[in-house]
Amino acid sequence: MTPIVRPGTGASVVVVGGGVTGLSAAWWLARAGVDVLVLEQGIVGWEASGRNGGGATHVYSPLGLEEQRLWPQMDGLLGYPTEYQPERIKVALSEDQLALYRQNAAIAAARGFRTEPLDRAQLRALVPLVGDSAIGGLHLRFGGHANPQRTVQAYAWAFQDLGGRILQHTRATGFRTTGGRVEQVETDRGPVGADAVVLAAGLHTEALAAALGVAIPLAPARVEMICTEPVPLMPIGGVDGNGLYGRQTRRGNLVYGGGPHEWLDPADLATAERPATPLLRNLGRRLAELFPGAAHVRLIRSWAGIVENTPDGLPVLDRLTDPANVVVATMSSVGFGLSPASGKAISELVLHGRCRFADLGALRLGRFAETPPDWRARLGWLPVGASAPVAR
Amino acid sequence: MERALDPRSLAEKPLAVERHAALVVVGAGPAGVAAATAAARAGLSVRLLDEHPLDPELMAMDIPLHFGQRMAPRVRDRGAMLERVVHANPALEAAAEAGVELELGVSVWGAFRPSATARALPGPVLGVADQRRSWLCGYDRLVIAAGARDVAVGFRGWEKAGTMGAAGALTLLERYRALAARRLVVLGSGPLGLAVAAAALAQGIEVLAVVDVAPDVRGDPGARGALERAGVAFHVRHAVEACGARDELEAVRLLPLDGELRPVPGGGRELPCDTLCLALGLVPSVELLQILGCRLVFRPERGGFVPELDAAGRTSLPDVFAAGDCAGVDERAIADPSGAVAAGRRAGLAAAASLGVPGAAARAADEPPAPARAGAPPPAVHAYWRQWLQASLAASGWDVLACQCEEVTRAELVGVQPPRYLGVPPPTMRARSLGSLRQDGPVHPDQVKRLTRAGMGPCQGRRCREQVALLLAEASRIPVAAVPLASYRPPVRPLPLSVLWPHDEPAAMREHWVSWFGIPTQFAPHWAGALAAPPADPDGPAVAPGE
Repeated sequence: MTPIVRPGTGASVVVVGGGVTGLSAAWWLARAGVDVLVLEQGIVGWEASGRNGGGATHVYSPLGLEEQRLWPQMDGLLGYPTEYQPERIKVALSEDQLALYRQNAAIAAARGFRTEPLDRAQLRALVPLVGDSAIGGLHLRFGGHANPQRTVQAYAWAFQDLGGRILQHTRATGFRTTGGRVEQVETDRGPVGADAVVLAAGLHTEALAAALGVAIPLAPARVEMICTEPVPLMPIGGVDGNGLYGRQTRRGNLVYGGGPHEWLDPADLATAERPATPLLRNLGRRLAELFPGAAHVRLIRSWAGIVENTPDGLPVLDRLTDPANVVVATMSSVGFGLSPASGKAISELVLHGRCRFADLGALRLGRFAETPPDWRARLGWLPVGASAPVAR
Repeated sequence: MERALDPRSLAEKPLAVERHAALVVVGAGPAGVAAATAAARAGLSVRLLDEHPLDPELMAMDIPLHFGQRMAPRVRDRGAMLERVVHANPALEAAAEAGVELELGVSVWGAFRPSATARALPGPVLGVADQRRSWLCGYDRLVIAAGARDVAVGFRGWEKAGTMGAAGALTLLERYRALAARRLVVLGSGPLGLAVAAAALAQGIEVLAVVDVAPDVRGDPGARGALERAGVAFHVRHAVEACGARDELEAVRLLPLDGELRPVPGGGRELPCDTLCLALGLVPSVELLQILGCRLVFRPERGGFVPELDAAGRTSLPDVFAAGDCAGVDERAIADPSGAVAAGRRAGLAAAASLGVPGAAARAADEPPAPARAGAPPPAVHAYWRQWLQASLAASGWDVLACQCEEVTRAELVGVQPPRYLGVPPPTMRARSLGSLRQDGPVHPDQVKRLTRAGMGPCQGRRCREQVALLLAEASRIPVAAVPLASYRPPVRPLPLSVLWPHDEPAAMREHWVSWFGIPTQFAPHWAGALAAPPADPDGPAVAPGE
């Protein structure tokens, strides 16, 4: 690896991880005038940040209000297109699902967001692809969706426009700590000095935190998505239902995910393989059930990504006490949509030691202090036949 | 304490693998048929899959070859086309006699194997489909003989119906006898172009001209002479543009070039024609090989990325072999498939030997090694394709489509600009380019694809991959060999949801399906207690808060 990092190179804040969370944090810090360097082992947004459903509707989260406030402004704030589109529709194929959507509506209402129930005919008008199996739905007058890949690149470019630096193809390997503070981030291209560090390395966060002597319980899993050829644009692209999440792109493609995940062994994450599997057929079937009007539409690609989850499925956004100049961030597999707010929260943790716009109490790392080391086994979050060796 | 595995994970949801064969061969061209026949004769159970006759709707999408809307209506008659495809391939009879199970008219849309990040797969499987349904087929050994596909280096107007590729033309001419061309102009004067011209003439199609940017005709002088005697004109050192009032090709404009591949001012004339055949070369069809994770290397004299093979044709994966054009193209062998036949036989016997079939190892050892080809090594095709690109850039500029499906121009591609339907980009966006992207490190075509959408359309990048790589190299001033291979994704044939629909879905798949993990607290409102408990039944169907 080219040692282009000169000795003594560094920044006030070094962000480890060029995914959507790390880049948003870097951008918010740069907006505050901070000198920031992002280390990315590959290309920005190459992992889960660029492979997700693009949803931006998480009002149940402590970051939800800020997410909703920021998304409609993001294209303007960043100066680059994200393809953000407002609003969502949930399609019910059963009474159980309708009941669930009523709960969603109550959650939204508690935060001051408007929803409207849709009867069969109203749903049909808004989502022409549904069939007789759709009994009703819910129109969310908030939330939305964006293009993950375009958004990640938008953060990166907007950050650079503010003077931020990104070192791609540079892998963080460890840290040098003195007197309870990280002084240097070690990389495969040499050390990088830092006054403060943001650790937002997705599925590598657990291993990198361990290098600091900090335990963050994370379980990696592989999930898959499918994409169809373009179909005529629906009035609202963010349509979910039948156990699928996803969106219609501005181009017209139906991009959807859902269904069973595959838990992985952290020891296997070194491989670059992110294989899709025949699960694409099951996803396709679900999509055709949701949209009978699209049963003839062709699937043109599928892909997989690896996400990490904490035991309770909630993010960890926290500033450590030892070393004291490190903020750790994992969004527990739900990071894209919340990124405008999570990056802002991280920037405030770095600059002020606390988040001023939201209560992150529920996202403290300390909640896992008593988590036993075999927690993944206890939850059954284990790879299939993990003991059997597999050809690489 | 023994705990159950997460019921919402892939564990305990076994894939239904409908069929299985000791050896599956993909592709019934010369190499595939030879591999299947040799292995069957050695005593192996063999299944040979081939996608011809193709679904006419795939043909209309230029899949898997560049058919350019020049299929005659009779391609819709599947019975007749099956007869013709079989008739055009006499070796199939010997394969059937040897006991090979033949499946024609089925496409292999995916190839999957267990790996460190996909352990739930029970074993290696292929995704297979006909026009109505899909299934999975397991194998102990796999020979991929998927052939080669067309390469397009575009020019102004190349998106008009009537511009097609040589492999598409030869397939329609020789296998389907269904090329709906009246007046044909061939681009490329190598062995491939001359073969297309001769085959078209033999079926009564008027062949007006063979055009090349090169200063000399590249193919065999004898073949050239025969074509000239039949009235075919040769125009070397010319670039082209396609003309036509609407979406249909009506004429080709010939643009004379100087020694620097620049158009000579004031030159140019039009030749009325309805079909332009790009015969610049062929690209090995490595989709399945790449998806499986076989190691690929860039060999410009073999058409681009090809699998790394041992002497028996074994890839870097011990159970996967490759033979024929998908392992590397030599345009000069187009009239002589003996090399592909020998490679296929070696691979088929090696596959049988590796499964312990008695006598197969001895037979494999008796096979002559691949003969060294007499004469000069095959030319590095990318240098030749680059000449076409440079000539077209000089003649027609950057406002020419690179990707037809997504309507991305060359300028938009190397400007890494977003699609036009997003409206006029802000000045910050317009200031970005491939150059600024390159400052962050080596650019991957997948990254450019996601930003520009070039290669993201229904033809799955078949018509634009090579020219995207050439354009990225040109604009970056790097050798095309330095541009990584853009990823292939399953399904490598665009199939309807109704065809992919798994009728054999395990009950547990439906029972425990969740949109996102099903962790009860994941989407619970953070203001706990403000509402009733979150979803009462986290295992229930269709929990859909995870968008």
